Amino acid sequence: MNIPTNLRYSKTDEWYDPASGKIGLTDYAQSQLSDIVFVEIVVNKGDSIETGKQVASVESVKAAADSYAPVTGKVAEVNENLSGNPETLNKDPYGEGWMAKIEGGDAGGLMDSTAYTKYCEEREH
Amino acid sequence: MQPGGIEPVLVHDPEMGMTYIPHSPKERDEMLATVGVKKLEDLFTGVPAKLRFPKLDLPPALSEMEAAAELSEISLGNENIRTELVSFLGAGAYNHYIPAAVGHILQRGEYYTAYTPYQPEISQGTLQAIFEYQSLIAALTGMEVSNASHYDGATAVAEAVNMADAQWRGKRKKVILSPALQPQYRQTLRTYLQYSDMELVGDDPHADLNASTDQMEYLIDEMTALVIVQYPDFFGRVYDFSHLIEMAHGKGALVCVVANPTALGLLKTPGEMGADMVVGEAQPLGIPLSFGGPYLGYFATRKQFLHKMAGRLVGETVDNRGQRAYVLTLTAREQHIKRERATSNICTNQGLLTLAASVYLSLLGKKGFRQVAELCYQKAHYTASQISKIKGYSLCFDTPFFHEFSVCCPRPVAAINAHLIEHGFIGGYDLGQDYPSLKDHMLLAVTEMNTKDEIDALVEVLSEVPHD
Repeated sequence: MNIPTNLRYSKTDEWYDPASGKIGLTDYAQSQLSDIVFVEIVVNKGDSIETGKQVASVESVKAAADSYAPVTGKVAEVNENLSGNPETLNKDPYGEGWMAKIEGGDAGGLMDSTAYTKYCEEREH
Repeated sequence: MQPGGIEPVLVHDPEMGMTYIPHSPKERDEMLATVGVKKLEDLFTGVPAKLRFPKLDLPPALSEMEAAAELSEISLGNENIRTELVSFLGAGAYNHYIPAAVGHILQRGEYYTAYTPYQPEISQGTLQAIFEYQSLIAALTGMEVSNASHYDGATAVAEAVNMADAQWRGKRKKVILSPALQPQYRQTLRTYLQYSDMELVGDDPHADLNASTDQMEYLIDEMTALVIVQYPDFFGRVYDFSHLIEMAHGKGALVCVVANPTALGLLKTPGEMGADMVVGEAQPLGIPLSFGGPYLGYFATRKQFLHKMAGRLVGETVDNRGQRAYVLTLTAREQHIKRERATSNICTNQGLLTLAASVYLSLLGKKGFRQVAELCYQKAHYTASQISKIKGYSLCFDTPFFHEFSVCCPRPVAAINAHLIEHGFIGGYDLGQDYPSLKDHMLLAVTEMNTKDEIDALVEVLSEVPHD
């Protein structure tokens, strides 16, 4: 399980990069979903979003899930490449698989990598 | 028995004989106590007392032989279009010849289940038949993808609205309906959408029916999610919707064309016109006319909307030995997985009827299917020209038509139809029922089933209708 130390994590398995403002699905989330065949980002550039608001809809061969904003802020950019290449979420969840870039986010309420690792391990049992 | 388990009991009821009931009397008492009633009958107090346990005044029981004789005598009172009557009625369901092999193949045990199997991949033949159905519908409509079907044409149209709603995610709520869309489809849409905030406009019964497509262009705006037109329209008229679709796309709106599949054997496809969805009633493809169905709704769209399309979808793949195989695919978009976030709460299909449509189209082939469409076209045009020569009758519209046309009559349609049925004809649809401005207007359909003799006889009877 890849859980980078520079990111912050939500209980609904999204990551937030305080340095770049990018958000996405964690490695744990993509492995639980298995092969992702469809991604639709449901926010647009310029939207104001709040923590917990839906950012994307994701479908895999066996499951469907919504992805939520881990922080409150303004959408500065969305990853347009995802809809044509949903498998990117499986292959590179923390890199090319980013979903959106949020301006003005605050990582305050999120878990660090140690807490998130523990949170994932708890759910493994 | 496991401690705490449920013990099924065999109850001996003197009336019913031995009946297997999975609940023990003790369990029933517990359930009644939980919901707060004393006895089973108390659950039905909401039903008016006189209807609750009515005394059914039934005749004495018959033996199977006696019952069969009685039912067959009752059925002799039926008149139908396979024997006595000649039909010129269409308005959404059409009388076409069904090759005998269609029924034979449908009744093969391997296919004779109306449901997509619950363990689908074990039934490769069923999945292959659905895949072929999808491929045929896509080819016929000029679209990229078709689902595995809906209940009927009306519900397929409703699913088009659901798909547009899913696509716009609440940003656009207006749906423009052509007033020339089948009236019952429009009713079904209103039933489906009664608790939705989608707004249906454009089908005012007093709308100018001669200018319907122009009027629709005028209605399309930045809030329009979807425009729905029919091809040929309810009055039988054929319009090229290319311009309307271009206009709609200019405003960002989607367009759904409700098409008669037989007409698509001859006419430009809605796909060529740029439609985003093509849906409709596939009954003309090898499914007999019957009162209330079962019929077959087809739904085709473009690849970009695939994930928003409702319904089952069969895909072709290769198995682990490299052999061609069929699977149910992209199921995560359906309601059993995506729950309330799915486009539709319906993901069943009309398995047996999709098979009928596939077998019908395969037996006729591309050429044969076109011939059916040409025969319909030519016979309908012959009929129309003969009727328009009768004093008092005229064609309502001068727009090109396929196999159905509207006739202005000298007397109320009900009276004419009463006269026709005496002569063995089922007359046309009374358009005045749905369109106040079309009082005394009849919609007639002609298919390959109507012979020249029958058409000439119809014209003869129509001209005899007293002109008082």
